[in-house]
Amino acid sequence: MAQTSTDITSLQSSQATRQPRQRQMSDLRIMQLFILPTVILLILMNIFPLIYSLYLSFTNYSVIADKAPEWIGIQNYTTILSDQRFWANFATTGRYALISVILQTLIGFGLALLLRNKFKGSGLVTTLILVPMMLSPIVVATFWKLMFNPSLGIFNYLLGYTDINTSPLWLGDPNLALWAIVIVDVWMWSPFVMLLCLAGLSAIPEYLYEAAAIDRASAWFQFRRITLPQVMPLLLIAVLFRTIEAFKQFDLVMGLTSGGPGDVTETVSIRLYKLAFQGQYDTGMSSALAYIILIIIIAVSNLYIRSLNKARGA
Amino acid sequence: MMANQTYQAQSPVNFSTRVDKVGRRPMIASAIKGIVAIIIAFIMLIPVIWMGMTAFKSLSDAVSVPPKVFFTPTVEGFVNLFTQQRQLTDAEVAQYQERTDLNWAEQLVLQRQKTIIGQSQFAGQLLNSLIIAGASTIFSVIFAVLSAYAFSRFEIPGKDDLLFFILSQRMLPAVVVTVPIFLMYRQLGLYDTHIGMIFLYTSFNLSFAVWLLKGFIDEIPKEYEEAALVDGYTRLQAFRKVVLPQAVTGIAATTVFSLIFSWNEYAFALMLTSDRARTAPPSIPLILGTGGIEWSTIAAGSMLFLIPVVIVTFILRKHLLRGVTFGAIRKG
Repeated sequence: MAQTSTDITSLQSSQATRQPRQRQMSDLRIMQLFILPTVILLILMNIFPLIYSLYLSFTNYSVIADKAPEWIGIQNYTTILSDQRFWANFATTGRYALISVILQTLIGFGLALLLRNKFKGSGLVTTLILVPMMLSPIVVATFWKLMFNPSLGIFNYLLGYTDINTSPLWLGDPNLALWAIVIVDVWMWSPFVMLLCLAGLSAIPEYLYEAAAIDRASAWFQFRRITLPQVMPLLLIAVLFRTIEAFKQFDLVMGLTSGGPGDVTETVSIRLYKLAFQGQYDTGMSSALAYIILIIIIAVSNLYIRSLNKARGA
Repeated sequence: MMANQTYQAQSPVNFSTRVDKVGRRPMIASAIKGIVAIIIAFIMLIPVIWMGMTAFKSLSDAVSVPPKVFFTPTVEGFVNLFTQQRQLTDAEVAQYQERTDLNWAEQLVLQRQKTIIGQSQFAGQLLNSLIIAGASTIFSVIFAVLSAYAFSRFEIPGKDDLLFFILSQRMLPAVVVTVPIFLMYRQLGLYDTHIGMIFLYTSFNLSFAVWLLKGFIDEIPKEYEEAALVDGYTRLQAFRKVVLPQAVTGIAATTVFSLIFSWNEYAFALMLTSDRARTAPPSIPLILGTGGIEWSTIAAGSMLFLIPVVIVTFILRKHLLRGVTFGAIRKG
């Protein structure tokens, strides 16, 4: 494909040299013009700010103070890496990401297996299940806050707790708050895993199962040797994507607990927000924390985009 | 010879190769699966349904303990959402009750001894959301169509790296990039402006839109354009008259996805706007009535905000998979 296109472009340019047409732009010009706006905008809005904040991460600076940034070397980084609370933030984020990704994978895959065979109205049911993931996370968090409310919410009633005095305080109890966020995250994003698994399942050729049926392979054997390996590439993509997103999670946590009670649900994004936009507005320190998060995210997204490219090629 | 015949007799050959697809048991199994799926779908929608119900509850019904499943619907929440109100004294209430020029909304709030003194900010914030989401979507789709075409059709040096770079922009957590953008915007006077937010959302949607559209354009056979070029079209004409019409579905899907993303966006709006350009998402959790948290008002706001997205999800259902995987996975 690539070969033919180069042939044609070279053919064209040789024609163009023979009989030059005034108003026709060369392919090279068109290509540059087409890509330019995108690249310029991304450099302006992403690269420049990132370089600027790299500089700020080595300074002592606050946006609300009237002082110029003061160069302090790697002091911000050493402060962060030696502070217990930052490590606790990372641990919270990691725990939250791990639990919710595992649950989403199990539930999402389960749902996909349920919806795999078409039945009357299965299209509608699938779309209905997908609705949560399209909603605005902050609005989702807001109405789950109502659901979780110990006296007004119906979540406890649905679970069977009818006495307000003994029913769990989902958002107020330090032992439950992170689980409450996990529940909402799983509710919202299991459908995403389901969607990808459904795609993987529908691509499995029927003859594999036919062959297995002739050999009288057990259902479990078929699942383990046919279904699972065939869905794996897409499942991996889903898991990686959800891991990145869980690591970045801001909206849901902000809406549900804002990091509380105390700081038991304070994920790194929430900490970063508080550091940068509340209290002292510690711009230098928050830039350093931002860079640490950035490096982790880039590492994981590298893996993710690699597996995306593999799926694209397949 | 004999042994072989006995073996055949013992195992009848009249079973289908798809034992898992015919017969009564598999049929019942699949019916059960379907029913379970429907039940799960219903359970998953309970929060959304509950939200919708709360939006139509009166303020007192919304905070009743235990929660009410059956109630008399009212639009009180919606009226509170769009208006600012003032508490009336008893004397004023009596006075207001005699007036005949009150409209239905005023009569409704009078029941709670209040009167409407003006519009709330919510309508303005919804409008901001609409302007910012709309404009940024238009820009990002236009830029993305151009670069997706270039990435799809031309040999670009370092193409894979460039594409990786573009997508990686999407992976950055909002909070991480906001700090420098906040500083930059304050310098340039773009903080809390529509233009600033449009720029920002454009750049963030762009990376997604390029990938999604490239997937769609890759599917249009190159031969169409090549034929057009042979017929004497210039490259630009071929792009406009051959490629664009073929890519209409892709462009439409990308547009809708960008709209949803900017419409739902919260973190940037929270940190980079305050009054003038504040969009609806950061405002909804903060909707406060005169007497503490008014859940039916919040629910009404959320409802209005979510309805467009739910409708669009149904329209987009065929493209959801592509959308959420940046165009990498095309068919389910």
